[in-house]
Amino acid sequence: MEITCSQVIGGTNTPCLVERQNSIITTGKTKNRIHCADDSIAGAVSQRACVFCGARVVLNPITDAAHLVHGPVGCASYTWDIRGSLSSGSEMFRNSFSTDLKERDVIFGGEKKLALCIDEIVQKYSPPAIFVYATCVVGIIGDDIIAVCKAASQRHVIDVIPVESSGFISGNKIIGYRAAGNALIRLITPKEGEIIPKTKKINFLGEYNLGGEKWLVERYLREMGIEINVACTGDSTVASLKQVPGGFLNLVQCTGSMHYVARLLEEEFGTPYIDVNFFGAYNTADSLRRIAQFYGEPHMIEAVERLIKRETERIQPDIEYYRTKLTGKRAAIYVGGAFKALAIIRQLRELGVEIVFCGTQTGKPEDYEQIHEMLNPGTVMVDDANPAEIERFLIEKKVDIMAGGVKERTLAHKLGVGFVDHNHDRKVCLAGFDGAINFAHEVYVTCCSPVWKQIRTHPDWEVYHG
Amino acid sequence: MDEKTPSVREVNENQCQICMPLGSVIAFKGIEQSMVIVHGSQGCSTYMRLAMVEHYNEPVDIASSSLNEKQTIYGGEENLRKGLDNVIRVYHPKVIGVVTTCMTETMGEDVGRMIDTYLTDRNLHDVDIIPISTPSYSGTSTEGYWTAVRDVIMYYAGPVSPNEGINIILPHVSPADIREIKRILDLMRIQYTLIPDISMTLDRPYGISYEKIPPGGTSREDIARMSGGRATIQFGYCCPDNLSPGALLEEKYGVPLHNLPLPVGLKNMDMFINTLISIAIKPVPESILLERGWLCDAMADAHKHMAEIKPVIFGEPELVYAVSSLCIENGSIPPIIATGTGSPQLRRHLETITRELDFAPLVADHVDFALIAKESDHLGVNLAIGHAGGKVLTERLNIPVVRTGFPIHDRIGAQRIRNLGYTGTVTLLEQMVNTHLEHKYQHYRQQIKSEYFDNGGIINA
Repeated sequence: MEITCSQVIGGTNTPCLVERQNSIITTGKTKNRIHCADDSIAGAVSQRACVFCGARVVLNPITDAAHLVHGPVGCASYTWDIRGSLSSGSEMFRNSFSTDLKERDVIFGGEKKLALCIDEIVQKYSPPAIFVYATCVVGIIGDDIIAVCKAASQRHVIDVIPVESSGFISGNKIIGYRAAGNALIRLITPKEGEIIPKTKKINFLGEYNLGGEKWLVERYLREMGIEINVACTGDSTVASLKQVPGGFLNLVQCTGSMHYVARLLEEEFGTPYIDVNFFGAYNTADSLRRIAQFYGEPHMIEAVERLIKRETERIQPDIEYYRTKLTGKRAAIYVGGAFKALAIIRQLRELGVEIVFCGTQTGKPEDYEQIHEMLNPGTVMVDDANPAEIERFLIEKKVDIMAGGVKERTLAHKLGVGFVDHNHDRKVCLAGFDGAINFAHEVYVTCCSPVWKQIRTHPDWEVYHG
Repeated sequence: MDEKTPSVREVNENQCQICMPLGSVIAFKGIEQSMVIVHGSQGCSTYMRLAMVEHYNEPVDIASSSLNEKQTIYGGEENLRKGLDNVIRVYHPKVIGVVTTCMTETMGEDVGRMIDTYLTDRNLHDVDIIPISTPSYSGTSTEGYWTAVRDVIMYYAGPVSPNEGINIILPHVSPADIREIKRILDLMRIQYTLIPDISMTLDRPYGISYEKIPPGGTSREDIARMSGGRATIQFGYCCPDNLSPGALLEEKYGVPLHNLPLPVGLKNMDMFINTLISIAIKPVPESILLERGWLCDAMADAHKHMAEIKPVIFGEPELVYAVSSLCIENGSIPPIIATGTGSPQLRRHLETITRELDFAPLVADHVDFALIAKESDHLGVNLAIGHAGGKVLTERLNIPVVRTGFPIHDRIGAQRIRNLGYTGTVTLLEQMVNTHLEHKYQHYRQQIKSEYFDNGGIINA
């Protein structure tokens, strides 16, 4: 059954799996659609994670909530302080609580322990809300976390919200995003009889304030005369999230995690939404213009143009400099979601870099169509890539620079390829005009580092070596 | 005082341990040409990869049987078989560890039976598939690690003719630590089998051609010879008897076991050398004597500073014991010694070396960072020694951390940290003192001024 990838796209003989054939295509050469809704193949060493991971990364930046992982201790331990999100106030979210289930609990059930843990957290910290995440074991032994949360919620008169995120439900984080979305909606929905008055402010969905990105975009919006009602979930509080229904417009940035929520908010509260993207100068300018147009107020439209002109002129010399250094370099992209992939493609293009390999963990068919349209013919597209495939294409496509997450970084470095971190624990601001420079700078320092040439050379004395 | 923690709590707040299967995975990475399949939901293998990649700064491939809802109900055998097929096709391993998760253990999967059926159906003879049971709710990475080392040895051990080799069994230490142990053994011209050996597999030099399974690790042939070895030296001072690989070799094959503390510090390292001499009857080379001398010199240089250091020591039991011992022999009394693992052995051994001290350290196992932070604050701790979890102590209590152990995801070079041997001890000792001095002199002018001057010289103002 073993075939080589050469049968799929030509080239060297690194063995790949025949079952993965439909998840790898070359743009321009095939009309076949890429398979991307499939479950990961057992034994293929997928880079994907699980449902719990998806839910945790979305909700974690809610700063003053307590996040309690119901299960054996590992799941909580691996996700303790997993995000590079910053807070303007509470640091509660940077703690990781676990019910630390033991063998006994797995046999007799963990509901009592869960209730006790909630009580302890309330007693020690009095958080305004506790999110209770279900893990694999909890799903299997059938603990009724909904009932436990409901009782605790009544007992303490705070929001205790179950997140149905048992890992085994899917190997695709998107399902976890949905579990997080449902939990968010539960928090947001006003109590009976309560009315949240409508404002002219916006909600910013799918913004996690990595490296202070929310704060930067907030400055631009303020200059236009727009206030952020609440960002979801970067630097948000439980109280601020309850004001979501008062928003005038919802901006959706990370579409993978927040389109679902935006649609629910439109149905429930009639708030319209538009997609935005603040990664790269072009995307930032485009997004700001569309927001101003939505409000339709002339002074806003003027303010936006002023801002764009000023900021573009400010960063232009730097971008030009990096462009002269980077033109003609070849890049690979392998990231979690399509939103990120699209943003990186455009930014690398602006820097004169050619994309030769692009893939995501969780892209949907329509995302891949969009990615396909943006790429030159001959680019390899891979859904749910594994290390063997990434290794193969980094070599075969003579890649100079890769953008991706932690697991890809060390592989790229081992193969002598530069690397840009675009993961959820990064601490550098990559949004807006400032972020465009930070991104270009990072691409430059790694892509053009003397290190690669140095470590590839052989010492003169090597010929005398045994 | 409760056995579990000094204050009985249910909730674990900021974890001081990692899950059981991860320990097994690390052990398998020290076996030549091996791959691991984590039998369970996909997230587990991804988390373990992430933790290991961040720590070792190396690509780490771990497969998963990628169970979903359907297999959770109907059983995961088909996925495991498919996973094995695929791993064999892409990686061509000689050894595959099948490591269970809390999920598959709860489902009651009979992995041993599944592997037997698979091997028979596929008629496979050139790959060894070894099941390891690691239900995460029954232990931490420490137990997972020892379970895997023991089961791998048990898999290959059989009656063999006696040989000259000494078995060296290690707990989870860094690749650089393993290289140090090997250097000492080579200097003393001793024949040995060291297991598990991650010195190359999790720290491969740049420039050799990239292989999906990195070269290095203990070979199957060497493991098979262990049952005929002259003796076993196991750095498993705190390893429970039922998980002890060395005890197994002693019981079943009569290989005498010397269970020693990790050779960190003068006393522990002397104990290792003495044991080697007594088994191998070989002279100690001059260079090792010199190294010992340099450590003694460093101890004299360090002792007054060490007397000022009140460290909290945390992490896996073996390292925690060895570092505590190093501190105490250098005149530093740790107010708190803590591990996330349940370890009566650690408690017992610590009791022996702390009995004569001016005050008794608080020894806590099954611990989390909420407790470590609370007690550190309360007891005036001024230095932390342990893994990256200690960053909360710096952020919240301004206590600097000397990073050692696993995981270290917020600094580079974890794979090159060396604490073992006379030379490694010098490095660790100096790092402790220098971290302390840097922190102390950052604030001392201000501190003395506020103490003696700011209140107008009035006592207890």
